[in-house]
Amino acid sequence: MTEVVVAPRLTDAKLQTQGLGMVFQRDGQPISVLEEISLDVADGEFICIVGPSGCGKSTLLNALAGFIAPTSGSVVIDGVAVTGPDPRRILVFQDHGVFPWLTVEGNIGFGLSKLPRVEREKRIAHYVQMVRLQGFEHTYPSDLSGGMKQRLQVARALAVNPDILYLDEPFGALDSITRVIMRGELLRIWQTERRTIFFVTHDIDEAVQLADRVVVLSSRPARVQDVLSIDIPHPRNISSPRYLQLRDELLRQIGLAYDV
Amino acid sequence: MNSLTKLRPWEKFFWPLISALLLVALWHYSVVWTGTKVFPSPTSVVRGLAQLIHQHVLWKDIADSFRRVAIGYGAAAIVAIPLGLTLGWYPAAYQVVNPVMQILRPISPIAWIPVAIVFFGVGDRPAIFLVFLSAFFPIVVACISGVSLVPPVFRRAGRNFGLSPIQLLARVIFPAALPQILVGLRIALGIAWLVLVAGEMIAVDSGLGYLVIDSRNSGNRYDLVVAAMLVIGLIGLALDIAFRRLEKIPSVRWGFRDAP
Repeated sequence: MTEVVVAPRLTDAKLQTQGLGMVFQRDGQPISVLEEISLDVADGEFICIVGPSGCGKSTLLNALAGFIAPTSGSVVIDGVAVTGPDPRRILVFQDHGVFPWLTVEGNIGFGLSKLPRVEREKRIAHYVQMVRLQGFEHTYPSDLSGGMKQRLQVARALAVNPDILYLDEPFGALDSITRVIMRGELLRIWQTERRTIFFVTHDIDEAVQLADRVVVLSSRPARVQDVLSIDIPHPRNISSPRYLQLRDELLRQIGLAYDV
Repeated sequence: MNSLTKLRPWEKFFWPLISALLLVALWHYSVVWTGTKVFPSPTSVVRGLAQLIHQHVLWKDIADSFRRVAIGYGAAAIVAIPLGLTLGWYPAAYQVVNPVMQILRPISPIAWIPVAIVFFGVGDRPAIFLVFLSAFFPIVVACISGVSLVPPVFRRAGRNFGLSPIQLLARVIFPAALPQILVGLRIALGIAWLVLVAGEMIAVDSGLGYLVIDSRNSGNRYDLVVAAMLVIGLIGLALDIAFRRLEKIPSVRWGFRDAP
């Protein structure tokens, strides 16, 4: 009889970063973009990452998703270090992320080629419905609006059943009305599907409306300046005193005056 | 009429017809007024054309020309597309091959005629070789630039969904580069048709190019020369129109500027 020794997990975090750092070389000069980023994120949490423009939000997201290797520290998901991109964790891009040569159906089914046909078609139909693109199954992206394209990209990501979604300013290229609608849609999807979400945005309102916790990054080199819990249950009243208080706190942290 | 003026449907046919008729009238009266005995009038060209059709030589010449283009151009596409995709995909390979290609590319295929005859003797083969050469470089260059212009977002999305390098090439890079490749194929077909006619003036005894040179050599039949030229022009136009139809296929239509 041998005793099975299970390595003790330090935390029960879904995703954990420990002293994550990123240094780029530009013209022979090292430029530090990320420094000492340490995060603990629970399964199913909705995390927004905010920070001044150009601070390295997207770099952080790309490192979490495995597209770039950190120069120090590591990203650990379910106790395993991330070494590259993986279909269990999908990155959604701000713009031009859907494949223009495939229809709505073709895009959603893109990551499902290993599934049997019947199963694949069921999955596609399910996510067409979820992102409300019924009737557009055979439409090409060039005939879709910006908001529909982003919904399509989210559907394509969700279709492969990932644990984590990384969204890199997914609504940044949309007009402000569509953006508000898309937030509602994303919350609805998140509440039914319960994936862990990392959402990079430069929109303070967006962060306060969506997130469980908001990670505030400092200007370059980015460090975690603060992690703010948004303790308002959904649906959130965006003129409640608590909402305004949290929003003002975030604006203050970013260093923005709110008297225009 | 400014550049924004849209032609009405009937005008699309009416104005080109008028300009063609004017050109024919100019041609006719130039022949009449100058009293030339060498250059044929439009009516004698039409009579010449009727004679060619009546003697059944025209169809054989057209068939022979088509055969040479089909083989030479087809072979060029089969070799050049995989080669171009590979060179676009591996920048190192491109750097190795590029200098040689840049030297070979500006050499007119016509300059290869003596070499073609040395290699292939007389008959179909030197003509096919010239067509092959003339189509080869435009296709390779279009594939290389097509691949290098594929947005990095598409590659990253492909990798994120767990595609192997071969799958990435087949399912992302190739369809993303296809509009560019089609443009290259269309340009190559136009050049191949030009070069074929020149090639057929040497080393073969059939085809439209041969018809031109033979009509002059056997009794200065300039009516037949011009009739053959007209046929060459019309077929070239028909090939181009046929190719442009491919640009309307839904999975590539997104890549063309005037896509509806």
